Amino acid sequence: MSRIAFVLILGAAAAYAQGNAGSGKDLYMKFNCYACHGFSGQNGSGARLVPMKLTQQAFTDFVHKGRGGMPPYSAKVIPDAQLADVYAYIKTLPDLTPAAKSIPALNEILSQN
Amino acid sequence: MKKPEKISASRRGFLKGAAASAAAGAAALVSHPEPAPAQQRPRNGSATPNPTTLASETGAPVGEESDSRIIEHPGSDFMVDVLHSLNIEYCASNPGSTFDGLHESLINYGDNKMPEFLTCCHEESAVAMCHGYAKIEGKPMMALIHGTVGLQHASMAIYNAYADRVPIYMVVGSHADAAVRGSGVASYHSANDMGALVRDFTKWDDSPQSLGAFGETAVRAYKFAMTPPMGPVLVVATHETQIDPIRQNNLKVPRLVMTSPPSGDSSAVAEAARMLAAAERPMIIEQRAVRTPNGHKLLVELAETLQAPVNSQERQSFPNRHPLAGNGGPGYQPDVTLCLEVSDATATARNARARGAKTINISTIDLFMKSNIQDFMHYASDLDLDIGADAEATLPALIEACKKLITGDRKRAIEERGVKIAAAHKQARARAIEQAAIGWDASPISLARICAELWPMIEKEDWSLVSWQGFISGWPGRLWNFDKPYQYIGGQGAGGIGYNAPASVGAALANKKHGRLSINIQCDGDLNYAPGVLWTAAHHKIPLLTIMHNNRGYHAEVMILERRASQRNRGQDRCHIGTKLWEPEINYAKMAETYGLYGQGPITDPKDLAPALKRGLERVKKGEPALIDVVTQPR
Repeated sequence: MSRIAFVLILGAAAAYAQGNAGSGKDLYMKFNCYACHGFSGQNGSGARLVPMKLTQQAFTDFVHKGRGGMPPYSAKVIPDAQLADVYAYIKTLPDLTPAAKSIPALNEILSQN
Repeated sequence: MKKPEKISASRRGFLKGAAASAAAGAAALVSHPEPAPAQQRPRNGSATPNPTTLASETGAPVGEESDSRIIEHPGSDFMVDVLHSLNIEYCASNPGSTFDGLHESLINYGDNKMPEFLTCCHEESAVAMCHGYAKIEGKPMMALIHGTVGLQHASMAIYNAYADRVPIYMVVGSHADAAVRGSGVASYHSANDMGALVRDFTKWDDSPQSLGAFGETAVRAYKFAMTPPMGPVLVVATHETQIDPIRQNNLKVPRLVMTSPPSGDSSAVAEAARMLAAAERPMIIEQRAVRTPNGHKLLVELAETLQAPVNSQERQSFPNRHPLAGNGGPGYQPDVTLCLEVSDATATARNARARGAKTINISTIDLFMKSNIQDFMHYASDLDLDIGADAEATLPALIEACKKLITGDRKRAIEERGVKIAAAHKQARARAIEQAAIGWDASPISLARICAELWPMIEKEDWSLVSWQGFISGWPGRLWNFDKPYQYIGGQGAGGIGYNAPASVGAALANKKHGRLSINIQCDGDLNYAPGVLWTAAHHKIPLLTIMHNNRGYHAEVMILERRASQRNRGQDRCHIGTKLWEPEINYAKMAETYGLYGQGPITDPKDLAPALKRGLERVKKGEPALIDVVTQPR
């Protein structure tokens, strides 16, 4: 491994250090993430965050750059370290979504014409 | 109308006496400047009201002998005769002294029937109740409004109804004659041109100066309100005309002759039919076209004739589980789009022209428009055929013309298209139901869960959703089976919040006589504009199940503000300021109980939801309103 590549990897690791889920919970509310993604991270008009399918790096890039309905929030307004905390918190959120067919009310609606 | 038998004093003669008496009272105060004894003074320390002030506040005449005050046949009795002839069922009102004469005639001379007086806590509530009522019943009810102050309170609700093309019949009081009206409130509540306060968003207003003129104006106002494009109308009932005795011997209640709605020019309709019959992928976009139950049937008939998908954007105009409901599925790019009473066809027409497709518009918009409010939106220069007509009235001719053109092979090709659209509809419906499971067990509770849990409890009832679906992600439309026109009344019209709570009460009032179960999924921000309408629902025993969508804030504004902060590269961590309704949290169950309703909640655990809904429904089925406060996810 070249010296330059080693430095790049170290840099990436430093930029995407593991966050603190406890702090992330407060930040999720403070930054109003719940407004579009729900208090649960899975209800709302925005994308479903649970289960989180993005890597921390992809998540950070996505938040900073925005895409589609997601507005961009730059590193100036949400620093990477705080996004790491938010990411860590989202990873702790349980998936509260059973299969529709296992829910009697929805299964009944599915069966109706 | 019977001829007056005894008129003991003219109003003007009486007022001259009152003025003289008041002047004498004023002179007495000047000659005895000592303050009143402390025990007679109000707590705020102001002087005891003088006779004129008392008279204006209580309606008591000044310096008049009781036997000379009797007016047995006041003009407002004739006004009641006129209103009665219009078959107006209800009069929603917050009391005001500019219409005390008419108020008294309605409840005594008119025996409080046709219309029945409904006590409201705010004029905006009164007019919005009329809005909801008309969207169920298809005809107006009346709002009786206090001069200037009441009318300005009412203005937001009037604007919503105007933009929503909904008929509302309004009567407003005013002391028209400056020579006889008192100073103070009587003057503050009067205007030279009362209608001007709301003229930008009423269809018509008039200020008749005699009873004969009132009759003509009042009947004509109803006719104007009900002729498409429909809208709110305002009749000024001058205080003098209400109070003065009837002097005219030949007063008659004018006969109501309704105007038939305008249907499209026959050659234009034939051209529209040719375009639609030849289209490979036609699409129907409907917003406010369906005015009657027959319009609902006609829209289904047109869609089935063309085998065209129907994108119904506002009220319940097309059955949501009909195989043709929707956009035709992924990749369905219409080559001919038919817009029916769509408020702005600009983008549809522009996008169609860009891909070489055509757009037909049938609308009353060009037949009636005002200048100030921008509800005329944009100029649709890309339309290919624009028919100035009432869409519902035009549908029979259009259907007939299409049927004549669609025969044989063409009919078979069109039926094949319908099969594909139906398959896409089925897939879209299944996807929507799957999505309802997302966050099913979350707390706060998901809106999809509220709607899914409620559905089995109401599906066998004759139900009606009397609230807007826009702020609840359209979940009822995705999960419930809407196949009757009264099952959904759409939204505010002009986006004015504060509409939903009173409109739902008005719609529930209309549903009451039909024995329908009215459901209101109520946003918390909207209810807080004028929650007193809950009391009106309780007082008048209007059955209505209100389920709070309590996301503790003006949530749309939270998201809008966040987007703006993002655009400016500023933090969104302050976007709760001015947008959230927390600290302290509002307890809506207690609010309901305070206003005399059955209240439950706050419900935060999803396991408690179904039992709470069931309890609420039991109360509503007994004929009373009930409110279940559910703490919800934001959307």
